[in-house]
Amino acid sequence: MRSEFVEFVDGSQAIARGALAAGCNFFAGYPITPASPILHHMIRELPKVGGVAIQGEDEISSIGMCIGAAMTGAKSMTATSGPGMSLYSENIGLAIMGEVPLVIVDVMRLGPATGGATTVGQGDVQFVRWGTSGGYPIIALCPTNPRECYDLTIQSFKLAERFRCPVFLLTDREVVATMSTIKIAEYQETAQSHDQAPIVEKSGDDAFVPYGINSPAEIPHLSPIGGPHLTRFTGSTHDELGFLTKDPDNVARLNQHLAAKIEARRDEIESVFSDLQQGATTLVVSYGITARSAIEAVHIARQQGKKVSYLVVYSLWPVPENAITRALNGIERVVVPELNLGQYCLELKRLANSASSSPRPDVIGVHRVDGELISPQQILEAIR
Amino acid sequence: MKAEYVTYRNESPYPFCPGCSHTLILDRLNAALGKLQLDPHKVVIVTDIGCSGLSDQYFKTNAFHGLHGRAITYASGMKLANPELKVIVIMGDGGCGIGGHHLLSAARRNIGISVLVLNNFNYGMTGGQHSVTTPHGGITSTTRLGNLERPLDIARTVAANGASYVVRTTAFDKELPNLIAEAILHEGFSLLDIWELCAAYYVPNNTLNRRTLEDLITRLEMRTGVIQKEERDEYARAYRKQTALQIGKPTLRSKSLEPHFKTGLDHPIRIVIAGAAGQKVVSTAALLGTGAVLSGLYATRRDDYPVTVMTGHSVSEVILSPEEIFYTGIEQPDLFLGLAPEGMKFSRRQFAALTERSTLYIRRDLLPIETRARTIPLDMGRVSKKEAAIVAVAAMLHHADLYPMPALQEAIRLKQRPEIAGETVRAIENSSKVIAFG
Repeated sequence: MRSEFVEFVDGSQAIARGALAAGCNFFAGYPITPASPILHHMIRELPKVGGVAIQGEDEISSIGMCIGAAMTGAKSMTATSGPGMSLYSENIGLAIMGEVPLVIVDVMRLGPATGGATTVGQGDVQFVRWGTSGGYPIIALCPTNPRECYDLTIQSFKLAERFRCPVFLLTDREVVATMSTIKIAEYQETAQSHDQAPIVEKSGDDAFVPYGINSPAEIPHLSPIGGPHLTRFTGSTHDELGFLTKDPDNVARLNQHLAAKIEARRDEIESVFSDLQQGATTLVVSYGITARSAIEAVHIARQQGKKVSYLVVYSLWPVPENAITRALNGIERVVVPELNLGQYCLELKRLANSASSSPRPDVIGVHRVDGELISPQQILEAIR
Repeated sequence: MKAEYVTYRNESPYPFCPGCSHTLILDRLNAALGKLQLDPHKVVIVTDIGCSGLSDQYFKTNAFHGLHGRAITYASGMKLANPELKVIVIMGDGGCGIGGHHLLSAARRNIGISVLVLNNFNYGMTGGQHSVTTPHGGITSTTRLGNLERPLDIARTVAANGASYVVRTTAFDKELPNLIAEAILHEGFSLLDIWELCAAYYVPNNTLNRRTLEDLITRLEMRTGVIQKEERDEYARAYRKQTALQIGKPTLRSKSLEPHFKTGLDHPIRIVIAGAAGQKVVSTAALLGTGAVLSGLYATRRDDYPVTVMTGHSVSEVILSPEEIFYTGIEQPDLFLGLAPEGMKFSRRQFAALTERSTLYIRRDLLPIETRARTIPLDMGRVSKKEAAIVAVAAMLHHADLYPMPALQEAIRLKQRPEIAGETVRAIENSSKVIAFG
């Protein structure tokens, strides 16, 4: 390693620093292993920037307070683990329906229910996508190390404000708690260039239309409650003014809009790291802590003279279909290691089935749910 | 004063059933707002779910219509983020049931929101089911033979939990506009438990009318009027007061380290420190990693300990490498520090994977033990428990020559408070002596 400034840091600190760099000024959370370090950091740090951080009486109140604060214009974040995500579920729907810019950190742990509180898992991948009623899309980003925790936390705030929807920073016990060496120069100094939420200037009247859009994919401007305009927020099916409606045209327009605003801008969200090797017929697709094993496995395989491509997915949702489809070109075997019983594997199977190559690539899942990390050796065996 | 805001109502007619008291209460709220002449931009009406949840749509103020039982959480978030807002929650007895914990917490915090409970003893929107305030014996669609539960005394419950302005009254109270106005002006948490009539369900199913509503309150021994009124610090302002001196203090930032020690280490070294709670294994592993970083190496540290942190195993895994480390797990340790039976048991699989090329540093009192690894006993007799890990790590560092000892000393000075760092540095001065050859 060249002599330059470095640090030895864990993911929880990187997430808190990313939040501060993004201008986060409201945090509410409820204690839960392994997400509590983030709560502690935010409780300690936010007062220093004039923000508010509070321990809610439960998970429901924590996300509820974040939603309320966000609609007054605060940059809000909460953090929890799987059991807390279950309790967030209904309010995630509210944040989707009311179009709330909100960052939700999910530090995954193992298993259903209480499961393994101090054990790593990646079981919430499909849960964050489908974690509330209705089936509407969300955005989820997934870091593999502390530096990416920092960058992707900032990116989560940007996307939450840009898209007015909940953005999940999907991480896990190992990424958050493991200390790693990070080169300071690698941090993106994005704090200065961070976009402000699209807040409408005072127009002198109260003709503000809180959910006003001209086309389905347009994202309505947010005017904070307590700001220059009278505004309305609702979790019920509503018209542009925020009043309840059952008018089929209005209802369809709203529900289609909630999906269209994300669908139409997949390119803005899509984020992967790809290292594709000319002539490779095997592709390893991974994310989060498991990507670190996958990268090592690919390095070893290449040292053994094998041709292997790999793709690390940062934007898990929506699925980066362009990047994955490009990577599938010429591939016969896709290896998807994950610390669950095969979740993102389903997305790869879907894309492999519509691949143009013939024969269609096989998708091989490498799974582990014993609380241990997937080792590079396990992935190597699947690479063959 | 000339009233600038003649009404806070918009043009929409109320949607409520004929005879429903909601209409009456919302008119009283409008009267209260007119009396106070608040800037509507600084007022937000937060509604829950149920018929009362429709209320925000009839006012020319800001509006927030959320989920069932959670209105208080959104209201609290808004007040915390913007203490200038006048936050008025309208919820029913149903919301007080499902969101009871929020009611208690808001009262305990004395957060400056005003809650109007439109209490009509049943769920009017979903078919007249019983609620937490249905009187004993009350007939509803889910208590067809009479309610067996006791009703929740909302007003006295929040009063007992610290709400600083609490009133119980009925929708027919002529003083209601004044009481609502006083609640809105009140700095802390205020709640009006307003008993009223559900014309669709509770009234036809039970003999209840405007007159017997008062009798019901008397029968249940729940007096009306001001239940509690006191001055107590409002939470959002108290939070700002308490944290005022924190503003501008340096925030969590990268603790940059400049590698300036040299090491000849040219391959990854995987180290398991298998100890017990109290031996400071985890913080020692961070020091070991920091020293490595100061020597130009990459490092990772992962750890494991039970949720009951002061007992049982405490194990850290540290990898040091001249190259970037991706996989942070260790299947086959190069160096294994055996410091306590708890850790040895937890890490038994890694212990079993030790080979002739591995080195085991182990407290002498944990010997004999069967292993293929080269075994270095540690005589830790005089080392205190809290220094066990750092002394053993320093001894290992001496023996295995991973990186210079001054790098570890610098790590200690960087990471620990000065008075502790001095002690730790002294503790490791003679650490090489714990290694007993032969």
